[in-house]
Amino acid sequence: MSENTGSSAALSWQRWKSRLGPVLALVVVVLAFAVLTGAPERYLSVHNLRVVLAQTVTVAVAALGMTMIVITGGIDLSVGSVIALAGVAAARVLHAGASPWLAIGAALAMGALVGLVNAAAITRLKVIPFVATLGTLGAARGIAKWMANEQTVDIPATWLNELAVTVPLNAAWLVAPGVWLAALLSLGVFVILKRTVFGRHLFAVGSNEAAARACGLSPERLKLAVYSFAGALFGLSGLLQMSRLRQGDPTVAAGVELDVIAAVVIGGASLSGGQGGVAGSLIGALLMAFLRNGSQQMGWPTYVQETMIGVIIVLAVAIDRFRARRA
Amino acid sequence: MLAVNDVHKAFGATRALNGVTLEVAAGQVLALLGENGAGKSTLMNVVAGGLRPDAGDVHINNHKVHFRSAAEARSGGVALIHQELLLCPALTVQENLLLGIETSTAGFLNAQDNHQRAVHLLNQFSHLALRPNQRVSDLPVAARQIVEIARALAANASVLLMDEPTSSLGTEDAKHLHTLIRELSGQGRAIVYISHFLEEVRRVATHYCVLRDGRSVGQGELQSADDAHLVAQMVGRDVTQLFPTRAAVRGLVAVQAKGIATDNGLHEATLEAHAGEILGIAGLMGSGRTELMRALYGLDVIVHGQVTDGAGHGLTHASVGEHMAAGFGFVSEDRKGEGLALNLSIVDNITLSSLRRLTRRGFLSLRRQRDETTANMRHFGVKARSPEQPVGHLSGGNQQKVALARLAQQGATVWLLDEPTRGVDIGSKVQIYEAMANAAINGAAVIMTSSYLPELLGVCDRIGVMCKGRLVQVRDTKDFTAAQILNAALGADASERASS
Repeated sequence: MSENTGSSAALSWQRWKSRLGPVLALVVVVLAFAVLTGAPERYLSVHNLRVVLAQTVTVAVAALGMTMIVITGGIDLSVGSVIALAGVAAARVLHAGASPWLAIGAALAMGALVGLVNAAAITRLKVIPFVATLGTLGAARGIAKWMANEQTVDIPATWLNELAVTVPLNAAWLVAPGVWLAALLSLGVFVILKRTVFGRHLFAVGSNEAAARACGLSPERLKLAVYSFAGALFGLSGLLQMSRLRQGDPTVAAGVELDVIAAVVIGGASLSGGQGGVAGSLIGALLMAFLRNGSQQMGWPTYVQETMIGVIIVLAVAIDRFRARRA
Repeated sequence: MLAVNDVHKAFGATRALNGVTLEVAAGQVLALLGENGAGKSTLMNVVAGGLRPDAGDVHINNHKVHFRSAAEARSGGVALIHQELLLCPALTVQENLLLGIETSTAGFLNAQDNHQRAVHLLNQFSHLALRPNQRVSDLPVAARQIVEIARALAANASVLLMDEPTSSLGTEDAKHLHTLIRELSGQGRAIVYISHFLEEVRRVATHYCVLRDGRSVGQGELQSADDAHLVAQMVGRDVTQLFPTRAAVRGLVAVQAKGIATDNGLHEATLEAHAGEILGIAGLMGSGRTELMRALYGLDVIVHGQVTDGAGHGLTHASVGEHMAAGFGFVSEDRKGEGLALNLSIVDNITLSSLRRLTRRGFLSLRRQRDETTANMRHFGVKARSPEQPVGHLSGGNQQKVALARLAQQGATVWLLDEPTRGVDIGSKVQIYEAMANAAINGAAVIMTSSYLPELLGVCDRIGVMCKGRLVQVRDTKDFTAAQILNAALGADASERASS
């Protein structure tokens, strides 16, 4: 997360401060529950941290893709359906007795394919992203159900099942392999966004598409790439979901798109484009995971969590707007 | 350097370009003149690769070129600097400068190299302290303009096309820009400069080319053409009288402000405007003109002083609704931002503030809405296909006429017009002056601000000058010279010397 060299100290401090907001909120939530549960040693135990991480890994991986899309000024509502579709596709492959690697390929390809369809609708048919992906939200869910004969698809035991477990089989791993995978991908997306021409062009398109075009960039091609790449990440998220459930469930992850978007927005991305980052989105995802986990430990009903998360989303964005006005 | 040869371009039935021929040599600055809709922007887009001509051709450096995209034009040495700056506000200066032409290895940016290129580019613009890592959203407009020009130089442009580059700049910044343009042409670049202001053009350009109805109708050296000749070519007839004459009838006081101040830049203003007169407000950008107008309309909160209407009713803390009820109407300088609803029709825009009057038992009378709009469109000379056409499709001049027609439609008796002729072609300007004169003849008090002194001197009965948030002088127009107004606008010292 190093800043470019040469920028003045005051400016980078201001930018740091704006990034500190979500971190602070996360720390407050964690500390609050540590106190509220009356058993900080249990809430902050290694085991509970594993639980939180295992629970959040699907949202976190999807949030990486969503961050890139939101930076271009777009949005993808089909995430939940793609998670189900990719999970079912991978489960069918495993069910047929094929290798786990083929199942991984199927999940990634399915996600990328839906992303490609989204991008084609957005760039060729000129349908706005909200509507285009609202369409695939329905269609992908339908195809998932059709593929699964409207039932869950059982999968044989393979090493894929250990991908997103709470306690890894090999204690030396500390956390599930899926969590490490998510961390690695986060680093990858971070580098793409910060250090590659492709990444900077995503920001340019989201900030001012006409300007990007005038500089010879092709917003269409960039969107095609970004929706497909993000789609593959959603597919991976579906694979992790399947691994955790140990079955392909066509009805799973309904509404997860909203969690994913919430994570990205809490992390400081702007839905009008040009702003956003990996670190923020991950913190957003963790914030919601800790909140859920804490509420469960407190024995609060789910409606309390839902209300709190709703309030936090609006507060996070309102604080961001307030800061932007003052600056 | 740049030669355009008999270029034609049609959009459907509309012939935007109908035979344009021009030539710019290295080191020349060509002023491209013409009313809005004459085809200037279309021509610029054809040269810069945004549009393909139907017929005719474009030569750069004696080579025939067929740019199919902005990217090709850019690498071919042509850069278009847009009127509405095309920058990415969320990115840094450096990223904007090198967008699309970054140095990279296998997709990864070479931070060091890019930084040096940016520094090297910015060093050519010494008068503004620009750093490569500043975010463009943190920069003032003048600095953004420099970034856009520097970006053109980054691609090694030998032909620079500038579409109204000073429309959002203050006087000082415009001067700097003109110096810069002379430097750039001195380095052997060919520059095409679009502007509505003839004085400005004379300051910077060496040659001119006039477009009318998509045709190039005259060109030559600027020195040998006087203003009347240029204007006649632009409008296709002699403009005998730019400003309407009318007998100034000064009626009762319609609005009175005593020592009003806001906390956003208006420090002290005392004025009264009478029915039947046009009061002009002069002043530099940022002198508080806009804030004065907004305060008079109730858009900004007045923290000191008081405002009353003609009948002596207090309006100091009145809402916009109460101002409208008292007969006030306001045309914003920011036509697109807060003046008009661009995707709504002309009908909806003109009747937006008078819908209640057009209802019967709670239901809108669409027929009356349309009839009154049609009458107003005719009265104000709005050129459009139909009253249902979205306002965003109209030219700037016609949009402004729609904004003025709304005031007439709501029956305003105090017209507050903030820069009513900004970005408007000469033909529309004349119509806007006439509309203001008619409003005054019909008993309205008109208060207008303008950055353009000849216009204030030509149209207004009295002129007030703003300087640093204060309304420093209000006099009859005949007691003012342009130099005196400028002195007053520049600072109290100079004006005191002038009056003593």
